[in-house]
Amino acid sequence: MKRRLLLLLPLAGFLVLGAFLYMGLSINPFERDSALMAREFPAFELTTLEDPERVVDASLLEGEVTLVNVWGEWCPTCKQEMPQLLDLAERGVRLVGVDYKDTREKGREFLTEFGNPFEVNIFDPEGSLGFDLGVYGAPETFLVDREGIIRYHHTGYIRPEDVRETILPEVERWR
Amino acid sequence: MQTLMIPEIGHYALIIALLMALVQGVMPLAGAATRRPLWMAYARPMATGQFLFLAIAYACLTASYLLDDFSVANVANNSNSMLPWYYKASAVWGNHEGSVLLWSLILAAWSFAVSRFSRELPRDMLARVMGVMGLVSVGFLAFVLITSNPFERLLPNVPQDGADLNPLLQDFGLIVHPPMLYMGYVGFSVVFAFAIAALLGGRLDAAWTRWARPWTNIAWAFLTVGIALGSWWAYYELGWGGWWFWDPVENASLLPWLAGTALIHSLAVTEKRGAFKSWTVLLAITTFSLSLMGTFLVRSGVLTSVHAFANDPSRGLFILVLLGITVGLSLLLFALRAPRVSHQVGFSWLSRDALLLINNILLVIMTVTVLLGTVYPLLLDALNLGKISVGPPYFNALFVPLTVILCLFMGLGPLARWKHTPARDLFRRSWLAGLAALVIGVVAPLLYRGEWNLKVSLGVVIALWIVLPMARDLWAKSRHSAGRLAGLRRLSLAYWGMILGHLGIAVTIIGVTVVSNYAIERNVRMGVGDSVEVVGYTFTMTELANRRGPNYLADAAEIEVRRGDSQRSFTMTPEKRLYIARGMPMTQVALRPGLFRDLYVAMGEDLEDGSWAMRIQYKPFVRWLWLGALLMAAGGVLAVADRRYRRTVTARDPERAVAAEPREATT
Amino acid sequence: MALITRLLLCALLLWPALGQAAVEVREFDDPVTEQRYRDLTATLRCPKCENQAIDDSDSPIAGDMRERVYLQLQDGRSDKEILDFMVNRFGDYVLYNPRLEGRTLLLWGLPAGLVLLGALVVVLMVRARRRTSARDLSAEERARLDALIKRERTE
Repeated sequence: MKRRLLLLLPLAGFLVLGAFLYMGLSINPFERDSALMAREFPAFELTTLEDPERVVDASLLEGEVTLVNVWGEWCPTCKQEMPQLLDLAERGVRLVGVDYKDTREKGREFLTEFGNPFEVNIFDPEGSLGFDLGVYGAPETFLVDREGIIRYHHTGYIRPEDVRETILPEVERWR
Repeated sequence: MQTLMIPEIGHYALIIALLMALVQGVMPLAGAATRRPLWMAYARPMATGQFLFLAIAYACLTASYLLDDFSVANVANNSNSMLPWYYKASAVWGNHEGSVLLWSLILAAWSFAVSRFSRELPRDMLARVMGVMGLVSVGFLAFVLITSNPFERLLPNVPQDGADLNPLLQDFGLIVHPPMLYMGYVGFSVVFAFAIAALLGGRLDAAWTRWARPWTNIAWAFLTVGIALGSWWAYYELGWGGWWFWDPVENASLLPWLAGTALIHSLAVTEKRGAFKSWTVLLAITTFSLSLMGTFLVRSGVLTSVHAFANDPSRGLFILVLLGITVGLSLLLFALRAPRVSHQVGFSWLSRDALLLINNILLVIMTVTVLLGTVYPLLLDALNLGKISVGPPYFNALFVPLTVILCLFMGLGPLARWKHTPARDLFRRSWLAGLAALVIGVVAPLLYRGEWNLKVSLGVVIALWIVLPMARDLWAKSRHSAGRLAGLRRLSLAYWGMILGHLGIAVTIIGVTVVSNYAIERNVRMGVGDSVEVVGYTFTMTELANRRGPNYLADAAEIEVRRGDSQRSFTMTPEKRLYIARGMPMTQVALRPGLFRDLYVAMGEDLEDGSWAMRIQYKPFVRWLWLGALLMAAGGVLAVADRRYRRTVTARDPERAVAAEPREATT
Repeated sequence: MALITRLLLCALLLWPALGQAAVEVREFDDPVTEQRYRDLTATLRCPKCENQAIDDSDSPIAGDMRERVYLQLQDGRSDKEILDFMVNRFGDYVLYNPRLEGRTLLLWGLPAGLVLLGALVVVLMVRARRRTSARDLSAEERARLDALIKRERTE
């Protein structure tokens, strides 16, 4: 009897492994939660895209639920998701942009061409704020609550259905 | 060209092959179960037919590539009219659909070979073996036809030209690496089929192992060469000089290799001594299962990314179901049919049996460790415990000590006899070799670099601990009244195979040790006229030029290399290429290979002032890695040529062929 | 297939820069720091790429990370501080050498446990088999083998 159980062991092991492999089929290894989730928005001191004289810091994000979108003129996906961001702004969501690894001229051109849903744009030419946010490619979007804590994170393109299905409900939840 | 029916012919041939595989899978098994010779007789003609029609299908796809038939989606996505003909022919397996077709063709080829060369097998055994192989083939041909049809057409919108083969694959490595690797993976289906046939027939005696051993050795040799070629290819093609990355895809090939290595040793014990019977069957199933799982891991994208090989999730699911059926049923059969009472064969602590037991346990632990590290991120992710990475530091930390332990026992293996070796004998045969290994190992780094290095010493000691006792054994065994040469000739090929295989391990260990500890890398800025010195070699950039290849543009640097004050110099020409069709830049490394060191120069980016960032590397003993693998493979093949596997000899000398140890190896 | 095939697919989709060596010219004060730089960049995984350490990758984020590692080494930070700095931003995902913690207990513990279990199995098996009288094949097996061989000969 003991030996019979022992002989079943390989089958049991394989079944467990197979179950995990099956689960693995529906996992997207590129979807990772930000390491900053439920933590404070990182400290920064940068000028705005609009006004090179105006210096802003993390206090910019306090007091109101804000969607921070990291974008760049060089990023084609950012152009594609602009209509969704404009839609969000129209629905009364406060948006702040981070112009990531860009030049001021190109960043401004981008906003003129594709519209500007942002209340203000933080100009991050070296990508230092982006790095502290753990951004490894644009676009990325963070939801920051009233206290300046990061509550939600979206990597990559925001589809029109993401606006309705995830982003707006998240905004409501933290408001 | 688009009017030709070649792809359709290929498609039909594929369907016919599937039907034949189905017959090959069902009739002989049913015949063996019901003892109907006529049904069993289906096995051979069906295997031949299946192989023939798959060869036709494969030839049709190759023809579509060679004729630039871009109406075939597979050709349009992976070829280009500018591509040289040999890359067109190998581009067939440079993509998912074509490579599964090659996989199936190779499976049919193995199946055909078994049907040709196993005429001495009892009829029912052969019928069962062929039936199992036919069923595996059914699974894969269905996979090709249902989810990965390489003959799909792009009609009526036929592209003007193809998207081109990825430049990384436009290389000799693509021509040789995948076929070798698949020969290995798929070759393990033979021993798997033998094991299943033995379970089905209820005859788990030593006989099946003797029939399966040559096939296993050959598959193992192919896999060894395939892995080595992959490592060598990555080394020169990717541009940073690494030769093993512990990437999931590499691990997927290492897993069946480790299990297969355990298997060839355990087959020896079962054949010679009749011990470990169930265990050997289990290892045979495991080895082929790991081959299949490698296929799943690579093509489903579960461990790599949703973007890997098959971005169609239905493919991943299909392979998983296939894997589940094949492996699940086999292991169930194993649980039901493996002998209930373990067969006790006596041996003592100091015996070859005990050492091979330790060998098997260690190799299995290594297999489990690599498997665990490979799938662990997936496990955590599936349990929602976050995303982690398991990479080279983890694998090295565990794999290296396990290898060292394995090698300590490996040194004793060839010296020990079956059943029991008196401790005094074992000590007498090994003490001098052990002492010499220790002394040379400790001194070696001092002599080579003038500085002591623990890791290098350890590597050299274990490599010598493998080689020296074997050399002593060889010396003792080749003693003969008619002279040493006659003595050497008298040794069996199986013994020589073992010697070569173990020597290969030692050579690879030396390579790994030296290149890991003494490789030197310099990243430098160089313009025309600049010189850099690396380990006694002076690298001088003499010229920067623009070049044009058949399908790329390149910046090329001429580097003159001189050793010390030597008068002689040679030129190395690294390139930075831009492949036109895909607009893809590529680094073409310049290599100066040598038995004791490689020089390796890669071009980085051009810096503003007209100079370039260059990576110059000195890689001592790196060739030993692959040389060792070739020796191992040669050992595997040589053992197959041993007399006792040849039928005529077997018939004349049955006692010696099956049950007894070749006399040379025991004395 | 092999590493290259997988890399090539990412090359298509993610990083057009694959197959290029990331070459940077950096100055170090001493060989120890240079070695630490090499070790750190070899053990940090590029978050953007599929499966590459930052020292091998040409992706921009890998370049940024190498830069930070270099600067922090120049600042005299310890290896642990540098790794923590990266984990704070990119998560445990970037560590190729997973930390020993609750969820990785099995990962680190199982191989060690298997070695102990393996040793136990060897001891038990050999002790049991030492008592069995030594012999090659059972009589039944030998008879069957002989029959098989006879059939071969006559066939």
